[in-house]
Amino acid sequence: MGNILAFCEFDGATLRASALSNLTFARAAATAHGGEVIILLVGAGAAGAAASAATYAGKVVTVEHADLAHYLAETYAPIVARLAGEHGATVVCATATSVGKDLLPRVASLLDAGMASDIAKLDAANQFERPILAGNATSKVEISTPTLIVTVRQSEFPPAEALGASGAVTAADAGAIDAQGASIDRVESQKSDRPELTSAKVVVAGGRGMQNGENFKVLEELADLLGAAMGASRAATDAGMVPADWQVGQTGKIVAPNLYFAVAISGAIQHLAGMKGSKTIVAINKDPEAPIFQVADYGIVGTWEKAVPELIAEIKKVKASR
Amino acid sequence: MKILVPIKRVPDPELKVKLRDGAIDLSGASWVVNTFDEYAVETALRLRENGATNESHGEVVVVTIGPEEAGQQLRSTLAMGADRAIRIDGEDKALDSRLVANLLAKLIADEKPDLIVMGKQAVDGDANQVGQMLAGKLGWPQATFAATVELAGDKGSLTVGREVDAGVEYKKVTLPAVLTVDLRIVAPGSVVNNISPAGHLYGTGEGGPRYASLKGIMAAKKKPMDVKKLSDFDVDTTLATRELSVTLPPARAAGQKVADVPTLVKKLVEEAKAL
Repeated sequence: MGNILAFCEFDGATLRASALSNLTFARAAATAHGGEVIILLVGAGAAGAAASAATYAGKVVTVEHADLAHYLAETYAPIVARLAGEHGATVVCATATSVGKDLLPRVASLLDAGMASDIAKLDAANQFERPILAGNATSKVEISTPTLIVTVRQSEFPPAEALGASGAVTAADAGAIDAQGASIDRVESQKSDRPELTSAKVVVAGGRGMQNGENFKVLEELADLLGAAMGASRAATDAGMVPADWQVGQTGKIVAPNLYFAVAISGAIQHLAGMKGSKTIVAINKDPEAPIFQVADYGIVGTWEKAVPELIAEIKKVKASR
Repeated sequence: MKILVPIKRVPDPELKVKLRDGAIDLSGASWVVNTFDEYAVETALRLRENGATNESHGEVVVVTIGPEEAGQQLRSTLAMGADRAIRIDGEDKALDSRLVANLLAKLIADEKPDLIVMGKQAVDGDANQVGQMLAGKLGWPQATFAATVELAGDKGSLTVGREVDAGVEYKKVTLPAVLTVDLRIVAPGSVVNNISPAGHLYGTGEGGPRYASLKGIMAAKKKPMDVKKLSDFDVDTTLATRELSVTLPPARAAGQKVADVPTLVKKLVEEAKAL
C-alpha cells in the first residue's frame, strides 16, 4: 500500500492542462497501489492554486518560499524527495514537460529509486509501457525499488475530470533551500494568444518547404481560424523560420490533437514520433512520395501556396453555413 | 579545464527496428555514437579550444560503459579531438540509468573534472535520465537540454540557454556542473567560451559536429584508452529498472489522397468529424 505524490505545474490559480494528464495516471496508480493521490504544488503562488487543485484529489500539499519563485531542479528536487517520504508515497509522478523531465530524474537519484520516463501505459503497480527508438517500438519495464519515479506522456493520458468534493489542503515547510550554484539569469518567453501546443485540439504545422518565416503567416491565418496551435518540423525551427518551441517531434513536443495539419513537411521519423498519435492527420505536400503520406489520413498532393488559401476559404464557407 | 564526456553506443537510428524473442534484434546492428553524445563531444571541444587557432585549453576525456566493441565509438570521438578515453567493461543488459549514474559518480570522484557534458538522452532508450541523476548524486547543479552555452571569462560558471515550454530560459550554473545538450547546441554560434575570438562561428547554416580528419584518425590510434571493470567500482549492480519485453506499435492504417481542397474539407466535416 502506498500513496501517489503527483507533482503538478500550475499557472496562476489553476493547474496547467498538462498536469491533468498526470492526475489521470495518478488515479490509476492509486488504485493499483491501494493508496490515495496527493497533489504537490511547489513555488510562488502554490497556495493560490490549491483551491482549484483540491477539486482533483483528496489531498493537496503546497510549498511556498521566496527562494522557490523560479523553478530550479536543484531546489525543488530535495523538497519532492522529502515529501515523498513524509507522505508514504510509493509513486512520485509528473507530466513529461520540460520541468518534469528535468526534475524527476534528480528526485529519483535522491531517493535511489528506479524511474520510467514518458510512459504511455500503466500495466501493473510497477510495470509500465513506454515508447523507445523514436516511437518505433514499445518497451515494457518493471521497477523494483520501493519508490517508483514516473513521468507521463501527456498525449497518452486524457485530462482528469474534477471530483465532486474538495480535498484537504496543507502547507508544508520548504526546509533548507540550497540552489547548489544554480540560478536563473533570465527567461525570454514567447507570449501567444493561441492554445498550448501540447494540449491544443487542432495543430497547424509547417516544414522546410515553407521556405521562410514570412510564409508561415498563411498557416497562422489557418490556425487562428481553427483556434489551433502552431507547430513546425525540426527543419523549419533549426532554419530559424519560426520559434524553437514550435517544434514537434522526438526532440521537440509530443502532440496528439484531434486534427493535425502537416504542411510542406516531408515526414522524417523524428517528426512522426511527435505527432503520429493525432486522431486525424492531413498532409499537404507537393511530393507524392513524401513519407508523411504514409501516416496521413487525408493527403493533398500540391503546393501549400495553392492549397492553404483554398483551405482557408473552404473552412470559412463551412463556418458561415453553420 | 577538464571536461568529462560520457557517451553511449546505439544501434544506427536510420535502420529499421527488428524484434527477436521479444527484444530488439541487435544481431546485425550497426553501432554508432548516440547523436546527442556526439554533439556533447563537439560541445566539449568547442568549450576548451580557441576555434580560430585550434589551440587547446584543457582536457576532454570520453568514457563509455560497454563491451570491447564499444571501444570503436570511443576511438571515433578521440578522432574528433578528445584527448583520452576510458571504457568500463559492461553489457547493456546489465545496466540501467541508476547504475550508470552511480558508476559515473564514482569515476568522477577519481577524475575530478570541472564539467560533465553529455547528450540529453540516448536515441535508443529515449529515457533522458542519467545527466540529472548524476547531478543529483553529486550534489552539482544541472543545466539540461542546452541549446546554447557560454563559459564565463573566469571559467567558473556557464550560462546555458535551455528551450523550455515557456520559451528560452538562461540558467547560470557554477562549476563543477552537469550539462546535457540538445540538437541546436551544434549550430555555428551556439558555444561561446571567451577564448575563441568574439563572434567566432563553426561552419555555416545549421552547423553540426566536426568530422574526424585523416590526421585526427591517425592520432586517435595512439591516444590512451583505459579499460576498467565494474568490480573496480564500489557500486550496487542490482538493476532498479528492467525491460520485460519489446513490441512494435501497430502501424497506422494507410490514408487516402484526395483530389482537391473542397473534397478534403467535405471529408473532414462528414467522415472524420474533425471540423
